[in-house]
Amino acid sequence: MDKKTGGFAKPGGSSRAAAAAAARTSSVKKGTLKRLIGLLLEEYKVMLIAIVITMIIFSLVSAMPAIYIEKISALITDGLLTIKENGYTELSEFSAVYKEMFPTIIKYVLIMVCVYLLGLVSVFTYTRLGAIVTQGFLCSLRKRVFAKMQNLPIRYFDTHNHGDIMSHYTNDIDTLRQLISQALPNFISSALTITLLLSIMLYYSIWLTLVVGIGVIAMFAVTKIIGGNSAKYFIKQQAALGRTEGYIEEMIHGQKVVKVFCHENASKQDFDKINEQLCQDATNANKFANILMPIMGNIGNILYVIVAFVGGTILLNNWTNPSINALLGGEKFMTVSVIVTYLGMTKQFCQNISQVSQQINSVIMALAGASRIFDLLDEKTEEDEGYVELVNASEGSDGLTESPVCTGIWAWKHRHGDGTVTYTRIEGNIVFDHVDFGYEPDKIVLDDITLYAEKGQKIALVGSTGAGKTTITNLINRFYDIADGKIRYDNININKIKKSDLRRSLGVVLQEVNLFTGTVMENIKYGNLNATDEECIAAAKLANADGFIRMLPDGYNTIIKGDGSDLSQGQRQLISIARAAIANPPLMILDEATSSIDTRTESIVQKGMDALMKGRTVFVIAHRLSTIKNSDVIMVMDHGKIIERGNHEQLIEKKGTYYRLYTGAFELD
Amino acid sequence: MLKNILGCVREYKKASILTPAFVSLEVVAECFLPLLISDLINKIQNGCDMKIITKYGLALVLLAFVSLALGVLSGHYCAIASCGFAKNLRHDMFHKIQEFSFSEVDKFSTSSLVTRMTTDVSNLQMAYMMIIRIAVRCPFMLIFAFIMSVKLGGKLALIFAAVVPLLGFGLFKIISVVRPVFVKVFKKYDRLNESVQENIKGMRVVKSFVREDYEQEKFNKAADDVCADFTKAEKLLALNTPLMQLAIYIIMIFVSFFCSKIIISTNGTELGIGTLSGMLTYSIQILMSLMMVSMIFVMVTMAIEGANRISEILSEESTLKNPENPVTSLRDGSIDFEDVSFRYNGNSNMALTNINLHIKPGQTVGIIGGTGSSKTTLVNLISRLYDVTEGKVLVGGVDVRNYDLDTLRNNVAVVLQKNVLFSGTIKENLRWGDPDASDEELERICRIAMADEFIQNFPKKYDTYIEQGGTNVSGGQKQRLCIARALLKKPEILILDDSTSAVDTKTDALLRKAFKEEIPGTTKLIIAQRISSVQDCDLIVVMNDGKIDGTGTHSELLETNSIYREVFESQTKGGGLNG
Repeated sequence: MDKKTGGFAKPGGSSRAAAAAAARTSSVKKGTLKRLIGLLLEEYKVMLIAIVITMIIFSLVSAMPAIYIEKISALITDGLLTIKENGYTELSEFSAVYKEMFPTIIKYVLIMVCVYLLGLVSVFTYTRLGAIVTQGFLCSLRKRVFAKMQNLPIRYFDTHNHGDIMSHYTNDIDTLRQLISQALPNFISSALTITLLLSIMLYYSIWLTLVVGIGVIAMFAVTKIIGGNSAKYFIKQQAALGRTEGYIEEMIHGQKVVKVFCHENASKQDFDKINEQLCQDATNANKFANILMPIMGNIGNILYVIVAFVGGTILLNNWTNPSINALLGGEKFMTVSVIVTYLGMTKQFCQNISQVSQQINSVIMALAGASRIFDLLDEKTEEDEGYVELVNASEGSDGLTESPVCTGIWAWKHRHGDGTVTYTRIEGNIVFDHVDFGYEPDKIVLDDITLYAEKGQKIALVGSTGAGKTTITNLINRFYDIADGKIRYDNININKIKKSDLRRSLGVVLQEVNLFTGTVMENIKYGNLNATDEECIAAAKLANADGFIRMLPDGYNTIIKGDGSDLSQGQRQLISIARAAIANPPLMILDEATSSIDTRTESIVQKGMDALMKGRTVFVIAHRLSTIKNSDVIMVMDHGKIIERGNHEQLIEKKGTYYRLYTGAFELD
Repeated sequence: MLKNILGCVREYKKASILTPAFVSLEVVAECFLPLLISDLINKIQNGCDMKIITKYGLALVLLAFVSLALGVLSGHYCAIASCGFAKNLRHDMFHKIQEFSFSEVDKFSTSSLVTRMTTDVSNLQMAYMMIIRIAVRCPFMLIFAFIMSVKLGGKLALIFAAVVPLLGFGLFKIISVVRPVFVKVFKKYDRLNESVQENIKGMRVVKSFVREDYEQEKFNKAADDVCADFTKAEKLLALNTPLMQLAIYIIMIFVSFFCSKIIISTNGTELGIGTLSGMLTYSIQILMSLMMVSMIFVMVTMAIEGANRISEILSEESTLKNPENPVTSLRDGSIDFEDVSFRYNGNSNMALTNINLHIKPGQTVGIIGGTGSSKTTLVNLISRLYDVTEGKVLVGGVDVRNYDLDTLRNNVAVVLQKNVLFSGTIKENLRWGDPDASDEELERICRIAMADEFIQNFPKKYDTYIEQGGTNVSGGQKQRLCIARALLKKPEILILDDSTSAVDTKTDALLRKAFKEEIPGTTKLIIAQRISSVQDCDLIVVMNDGKIDGTGTHSELLETNSIYREVFESQTKGGGLNG
């Protein structure tokens, strides 16, 4: 376990970042798309149906021009034929022919205008609805993920890289946006358009459809070859990118050390090597991605030419042109109008195919993202079978009774199996009864721990890293559950206490201080949302934080940003002590709470701390023995066992481990 | 700004020019296709033989292949140019940052430097790729397709002249409304993600205070806010598609209507039926280009912010520079502060005021003082990590500003308070101090630094791999490794900035003993919290609030200095020993 953070996952090394990057590009669980669509339907059923309907309408509309152009072209051909057959030569005669066909043209045009209006309405509807659904869905997904995350056990955060958890919100949701707002609709509309076009093609000519079909197969083959290569290099690029970014991060974070050791040139050289490799891999990946578009486009063009050529050949040789139209008794021979229509359709067809092929990559990426999000959503949440609640109570002649208002007296409300309710006044007694525990089942961290902490006592835990001090506190607030034995709080098994109420009754100050963006006041109030400003200031005074807070530019209203990086470590610790003070819990855990404060300031804070600890049961973990010397009980831990216990004087007298620690003969680390 | 950024193109100039050149030629080829085809159709319409069709067909296929080749070439060079450009950007930035002094590193903050070198560069690379490829292609296509359509359809092409500006106006209107919304919402989005990060990091606090519901409420509110803005922007952006369709529809109807009129009334002499299909192809080409231009416009404007941030780094000049004729040797390890005052950049308060301090070669000096008393600031001036604001710092009798920086820093070894080990083996880390040190030398130094023992206990000993940030060694071990690394430089002056805080008192004492015996000639400055770490020093300096509060030996200071006495008492209260 990492000392400072009580077992937080360590930041990934560059090699791991690279591996993670490589893993990111693959692995889509089966059924991800189905589940995603299921979730979408669950929330936006009506809108989605509306979207699909309007999309179908739009696809139909998009296919209409093909028919329209054929009709117009046929009209024109007819008109030209009429001119030819009648041997007209005068302009006025041409105009007469045109006038004759004018009503038909107008009819077609008007039909098209109507069709187009319908198309406009549908495209407007589905894009707009699409925007609403996409954003709404992403928003609810974000909330869902966040809500899930709040209910995950601490174990999850201790065993997962924080950057990886974070990337659910950034990378994964961003790729999903791409999928839902663009790839998916494009896929659907392209598929619809392609199907429709295919039927119209068959309607007009089977031969030409075959030609287009062969072209499409060629396009798919190319997509597969180039896409495969591009994916291969893309993964390499991601790995190189991970490596480069890892190196940059490491070197820039250690920039001051680099300077102190005049190591600039060496790190430049190393960087140049890594950078060069990235450039090569990225160039390869991008080359393949870049040439896909022109290749697809020009296969389309070649197909276009072949269609014209084959069509022209059929027409000139007057071969029969088998088609559904012919089967239905229509034109049996090739006409120019059919060729013209076909050319338009070929273009449209190829465009749709290349659009789909370009989306494939992003679809796979997005599904991988969705798959990771679902993994998170499927994580087991923190379980809580506790039923004993923490309530406000008032003391009357008939003992404790529950009170709806804050009385300053807290009690455990214990509902028994037979329906009776008893109230136990909260005292802050903690008993560990033969407790065993390991973070992993086969690795025991705590071995047969038995300890008693009575109301108002100060219990100190001393021992080297990995001895199990922080683990004990992790068990009291049930961040982790014990393997064997019992922990009792005021004689109640803590498994019976509602987790939230259990934690509410505990105040924790950790060495690793986490502050939240907001004012200093808000940060202190985090300990008790109902506290007044005056109470917050009083708590700050108690923690000796009032002085420096008033020196801040806006005093208590100074905005803390970036985890309070503008404040010193000691100042941040003081704020966190004030935050715990305002919560006013009967039991407190101070895990290296004053380790970043210099001893002189600490001795000043000590007064406040003593006031804070008065009347409470306190567990103190400290590196500095001066901090814990005045404890009621000091427990020396080693390898998960308590090896010595007693107060300072007793332990010194004992001349055991504590004595050796105290005299500096033993390393505490 | 532009000059800075474009300066990074360098050896990729050729590829950067070839890309748009090939793109332009590709556009020409692509625009000839519809012209030839409509010609062919007209020929078929008027009845021609197979020979002509074959001739046209071959010409067309040839043209398609030419266009394909050009497209592949442009894609190829585009990849080279854009990736190379990004490489150079990273190269220049990294090299620049290596030259930064501490004040510049402070000014930009490490996390912002990392973002600039990663995210911003990626965005700029994308934008560059777009610019040299598509941003050239689209306008060119627009113009060329228009010319061809005039050639093909004559007056009919006027429709483009009417529709294109209208569509262009519409698209840019949408973008100009959407862009600020996006800029705003992306900032909010970043803040949202920052708060998530905070939540993840502070999960123990959240759970300890049972604030899950509170956090969720806070998040939901922020998420809804972001969502509302995003939806607003996306809704506006979604207008693009119908607008585009409208333009296509108008052209379609217009062209087909007038085409049929002209063809019939001129008996196919002025325009043929092939013209109809040709015109429609051009219309798609033109409108698509316009759409792309508007998209690129968005991308580019968004990349500008990143480009600005990168340019800031590239144009930053380090305030710490080697002097003209630098002194390249150090006489001895004496240190003198003469009326030194120091203020951090952009800070109005003096961090150090009027410091006068004289340290003789070989002396061991302890520095003690509360947090924020500027102990670190004081020693940072010695190896010229910062330059003084007033007064001067002399090392070996020479103003530090007159030394060659490498000479100075190789002779003044600092073990920083916030120290780092780098990913690599222990050996590799130690050799930062001396690249040529033999294995025996490493072990010898590690024995002085009290590190040899635990290193020998690792299964792989000196070849043990240190994870990034040195997370797989304990705090005390890390500190001793850092001391060994500094000792390997064989410095005249050794500065330990709270470098033994995680080491137990016994080892700490042994370390000091080893220093005394092994490197007696080296001037040693020890910043410490523990009195026990400094009480044997030849001279102890008590710092308070950026000033020297007192100097003297342990016993003198106990007599004369109240702060020193308080610190001493705070550490010994109740017992006779130091904890």
